[in-house]
Amino acid sequence: MAERSKLNLNRVPIPKQAPDVRKRNFNEVALGYTDEQASEEARRCIACKKAGCKDGCPVNIDIPEFIKAIQDGNMPEAVRILKDKNSLPGICGRVCPQETQCEMTCNLAKRGGPIAIGRLERHVADWERAHPEVTEQQKGQIDLNGRKVAVVGSGPAGLTCAADLAKLGYRVTVFEALHVTGGVLMYGIPEFRLPKAIVQSEVDYVKSLGVEIRLNHVIGKIASVDELLKNGFDAVFLAPGAGAPMFLDIPGENLSGIYSANEFLTRTNLMKAYRFPEYDTPIQVGRRVAVFGAGNVAMDASRCALRLGAEEVYIIYRRSKAEMPARLEERENAEEEGIIFKLLTNPSRFLGDVRGRVKAVELHEMELGEPDASGRPRPIRKPGSEFVMEIDTAIPALGTRPNPIIPSTTKGLELTKWGTVLTDEVTGRTSKQRVWCGGDMATGAATVISAMGAARRAATDIDACLRNHS
Amino acid sequence: MYEILKREVLVPNTVYLKVEAPEIARKAEPGQFVILRVDEVGERFPLSLSGWDRSEGTLEILFLIMGRSTIKLSSLKEGDCIMDVVGPLGRPTEIESYGSTLCACSTFGVGPAMILAKALKQKGNKVVSVMEAQDEAYLFWEDRLKSVSDETHIVLGDGSCGKHRQASQFVKEYLELGNKLDRVFVFGRVFTMMECSQATKPFGVKTVVGLTPIMVDGTGMCGCCRVSVGGKTKFTCVDGPEFDGHLVDWELLIKRKRAYLKEEAQAFGLWQLDNLHRITELSQLPERVSVVHKNG
Repeated sequence: MAERSKLNLNRVPIPKQAPDVRKRNFNEVALGYTDEQASEEARRCIACKKAGCKDGCPVNIDIPEFIKAIQDGNMPEAVRILKDKNSLPGICGRVCPQETQCEMTCNLAKRGGPIAIGRLERHVADWERAHPEVTEQQKGQIDLNGRKVAVVGSGPAGLTCAADLAKLGYRVTVFEALHVTGGVLMYGIPEFRLPKAIVQSEVDYVKSLGVEIRLNHVIGKIASVDELLKNGFDAVFLAPGAGAPMFLDIPGENLSGIYSANEFLTRTNLMKAYRFPEYDTPIQVGRRVAVFGAGNVAMDASRCALRLGAEEVYIIYRRSKAEMPARLEERENAEEEGIIFKLLTNPSRFLGDVRGRVKAVELHEMELGEPDASGRPRPIRKPGSEFVMEIDTAIPALGTRPNPIIPSTTKGLELTKWGTVLTDEVTGRTSKQRVWCGGDMATGAATVISAMGAARRAATDIDACLRNHS
Repeated sequence: MYEILKREVLVPNTVYLKVEAPEIARKAEPGQFVILRVDEVGERFPLSLSGWDRSEGTLEILFLIMGRSTIKLSSLKEGDCIMDVVGPLGRPTEIESYGSTLCACSTFGVGPAMILAKALKQKGNKVVSVMEAQDEAYLFWEDRLKSVSDETHIVLGDGSCGKHRQASQFVKEYLELGNKLDRVFVFGRVFTMMECSQATKPFGVKTVVGLTPIMVDGTGMCGCCRVSVGGKTKFTCVDGPEFDGHLVDWELLIKRKRAYLKEEAQAFGLWQLDNLHRITELSQLPERVSVVHKNG
């Protein structure tokens, strides 16, 4: 009982930029723990015998161990433990939905605030970046095993699989379609949530393991999957991401000023349109912006629009707050910054001006009915509730469909009815010999960490298969 | 990095580049395009392929100086490098034995038209080429086009060559005179493509157009290049770039192409202010040049 009384149920809050300040800049919102704060938070960990946190982690990081290392002030050891299971801790510490994973299964979660595992992971990764010599020393000698693996896509799944296989001695070549490495981490997730310098430093770590990255390579165009297999690669891991954006499919959707969230975020993050005309890629935002959808991507798009100078930004969602798919933290950040949530509302058409630019959207109210196939209450249109809202920009953020380039150029690759690649959930195997798949291309749009988990399992299976065929 | 091996200003504002890109050259097919990014701050923009040499590992591109990205690209010299070249993108042209075909083109469209004419002829088609330019000073590569066509017709906008001023007028009269065409292809300016499609429509001759909307990634990821074809939204980068000209919503295409006029003017103006020394050469009318195709 004495132990219990010492238990601190309150998490150490993470310092953040004030909402009024941050909503006008692209700098990172959360500032990270100081060493003292990290140590204080780490000391809350009661080192449970049955560590629920570890089971909740899709890549099975030894969470109690790395927290113990922080408690002991042994940061190099904390780095080593993290990197043993996760090549991208600075990224995961920032964008993983810990509240539904490790922090949800933390034993303290039932009694108050779970250990802020994500913030601690981030802290360790940031410490490592400031002490590059530590990783350098920890890196063991890798003996090449003479086998080659091609990885298609350099997002979270591709990088994870590449790093895992490189550590096992494979020569890995990653083919990336865009001009930078990182996939969604670079084009999708905004700078203020995941600074690009952090992504690049974790990419540099993967490269330091001997992974070769070939940019501007659209597999299916410059070379087919079969050509990769024919030209010396023993296996191919497909992780090209989800790709094609979905639209609302309502009249007026092709007016200028209507961007898919993918386009809006790509212009902003990858092409740095927020620095136009210093950077060449323009973006138009105007005064009033409507974002459709309520997932993490919708939150990112709305918060980017605000930072690009919009005065009013709306999230328009056909269901209610309870069904919003975005992480609670992102929703709260958006609310604090002044994003306006228009719930139980759906668009029926866009109206344009003579130049073909969107000027308004016709909306109608919805009410919730019986649960539908997704288990969520079905939104039903309220008759006679139509109204028109003037807008300058519209951003449908409705998710993505698989990109057709690889499926249409790869013989023998079976697809599901959703167009994703038919993949064994455990091993990542596809219907095609020597081809594995993971990430959004296998599951449809999901999280960074679930893609990484799938990539890790695929890497393990690729290794097992190639070993047996030696 | 992709090295520029050869560069020529063919006519005012129109530049030819030969770029080293062996992997792309190996896979390039008629109708495809590349996405380029000139430098670190550059935007991604598409250009049609105007030729390639698989053994030499090079691509040929032909472009009109329209804004900041193209003027930047035009200011690179032989030996300089383009930061990013991605391709070959888009679906290749469907090339079959159609019978009688016509390839119409204006400005940079002569490049893709020429590649296609050559491929059509190899498939046994009769190829009539029509080339439109604003006046004689803007005419280039007519000899290249001629070498791969059964007939080549030049149409000049100032009326100084024959009675037509636009390629579409030629096409219309050609069909009115009872000439049979099984398929028409059009490349170059949007207006050339639109007008030629309008000219062939009453005759029911299927007309394929190579669209050039604004793109960002060029791989189907963003939807910036969406066009409406037969009432359905298509992504030009992965579903095209070639579509049935009779079904394209031209007004929408034109409006979407003009969506960033203000920003483009601003960026162009700023670049020119900072780079006056690099563009003096471009404003001078070059001597008439015609690059003789090594195979032609």
